[in-house]
Amino acid sequence: MSAVDQTIPYDEAIAQFDPVLGLEVHVELSTATKMFSGAPTEFGAEPNTQVDPVSLGLPGALPVLNAKALESAIRIGLALNCSIASYCRFARKNYFYPDMPKNFQTSQYDEPIAHDGFLDVEVPASEDGTKPAFTYRVDIERAHMEEDTGKSLHVGGSTGRIHGAEYSLVDYNRAGIPLIEIVTRPLTGAGDRVPDVARAYVATLRDLLRALDVSDVKMEQGSLRCDVNLSLRPTPQDPLGTRSETKNVNSLRSVERAVRYEVGRHAAVLLSGAKVVQETRHWHEDTGLTTSGREKSDAEDYRYFPEPDLVPIEPDPAWVESLRATLPEPPAERRRRLTTEWGFSEPEMRDVLNAGALDLVEATVAAGASPATARKWWMGELARRANVEGTDLSALPVTPAQVAELQGLVDAGTLTDRLAREALEGVLAGEGSPTEVVASRNLAMVSDESALIAAVDAAVAANPDVADKIRAGKVQAAGALIGAVMKDMRGKADAARVRELVLERVGS
Amino acid sequence: MSVISRSEVEHLARLARIDMTDEELDRMAGQLGAVLDAVAQVASAVTDDVPATSHPVPLTNVTRPDVVRPGLSAADALAGAPASEDGRFRVPQILEEDA
Repeated sequence: MSAVDQTIPYDEAIAQFDPVLGLEVHVELSTATKMFSGAPTEFGAEPNTQVDPVSLGLPGALPVLNAKALESAIRIGLALNCSIASYCRFARKNYFYPDMPKNFQTSQYDEPIAHDGFLDVEVPASEDGTKPAFTYRVDIERAHMEEDTGKSLHVGGSTGRIHGAEYSLVDYNRAGIPLIEIVTRPLTGAGDRVPDVARAYVATLRDLLRALDVSDVKMEQGSLRCDVNLSLRPTPQDPLGTRSETKNVNSLRSVERAVRYEVGRHAAVLLSGAKVVQETRHWHEDTGLTTSGREKSDAEDYRYFPEPDLVPIEPDPAWVESLRATLPEPPAERRRRLTTEWGFSEPEMRDVLNAGALDLVEATVAAGASPATARKWWMGELARRANVEGTDLSALPVTPAQVAELQGLVDAGTLTDRLAREALEGVLAGEGSPTEVVASRNLAMVSDESALIAAVDAAVAANPDVADKIRAGKVQAAGALIGAVMKDMRGKADAARVRELVLERVGS
Repeated sequence: MSVISRSEVEHLARLARIDMTDEELDRMAGQLGAVLDAVAQVASAVTDDVPATSHPVPLTNVTRPDVVRPGLSAADALAGAPASEDGRFRVPQILEEDA
């Protein structure tokens, strides 16, 4: 581990320099097979079980492009307002690393499938409300196709990192999984909001890719990975400064933190009179620091050349136009529309988006629940369950229609909120629909007045001292009797009605 | 006579992970120079209106459907590996380089 670098506080740094940001995002496509072969792409499979001669780079193995991956690449390019190349080729990027079995990565170099686009990003107001929301146009330089590498496990040494490792173990399941690399142009003019712009861009891109249904965009599983390029210059009129490239920043919060950290670090270097080194840096989630990696190779050291084993691509313009017709409503527009339709506040909507619950809430509303109650279920009890089980909301074994049905039972007075949570428990346990669980677990509220009165009378008789206190005017003592009745009714009574009955029967 | 410097050869050797002695670097600089001379002869025949040819066969848009095809078992995949451990390829430690 390198020594900790000097930094200065973000506010101090940003007051003296103009930041320039660049973001490279790698997206793993959710195809069934790899970019250049029919090997499967299942996440979390046993090591080296998702491989074939192409993904292992065995001699004589020949790649053939995955049609679905090409289609996804073009749809991503169109959604990013890019031009689609009328002709492009793959290229070999040559370097040696054991997680890349061929000793080259099949990528695209000077002929990306998509180029020169943009994505409009809504940057939210700062939490304290001192900095307003605004729209920032992120210029996209290119989106190109390439393949993922395998995964190395470093053995020996204390940290599991490369330094100090005695040897490495490599799993090639991920090698060859289709990747789209999306590269922005240098982004200027963000000023002190540069961390917010970075985060908002990655969040918007994630939402867009999810809406396109081309990737599962799980940052924590690495299907969306972000490299943050940052440089500082004294004023916007100066030429671009030397940049650092911070690799694998794998959560939205980390994107924001890494930008902040690098602004402070660059500023400290520049203010000391030293020069920023152009290098790769590693982001450390635990400490919130970056550390120096390798010095960046020159592009020519990769000795790119056209891949002879894959023929060029010439997308039929009519096909490209038909793909354009399949594009979803842009996420920013959809978000604006739904925020208005549902009457959510900006923070409420942001929480729903960050939780990946937009589609679920929308489907729940479509199934008849009010937007507020749909949000309450998904962001409350269900978010808690997903968190406990370490899964996504969408992976929970409950459908939006069932959530709407559950809320319907609450609205009809059949269930209290507490009983509804118990019914939900049953649904999640696979016991059937909410209505079925209410029946099988006997959860419906007791609406039979005579049963309630009997329970109240029993509680009064069992607690004569409490009843005396109530009669003496200590109405707050009624809580003990209400509690006894609710317990007797196993919670299936309307507490407000029980309270009325207690006061009535005590005769206060 | 094309000139390729000794330091350029040294750089290429490093990129190719080939350990070369001083004597080998000198000899290789001369030999690569001769290869470059030969390539230069071809280059002299090229005119501006001929694009560089990467694919001699006029074929484009060859794709396959996104359908899984049986691949290799882990045992078969590892069969040719010099060393393996826990179902993974075992490789020597990696120094001073980071993906």
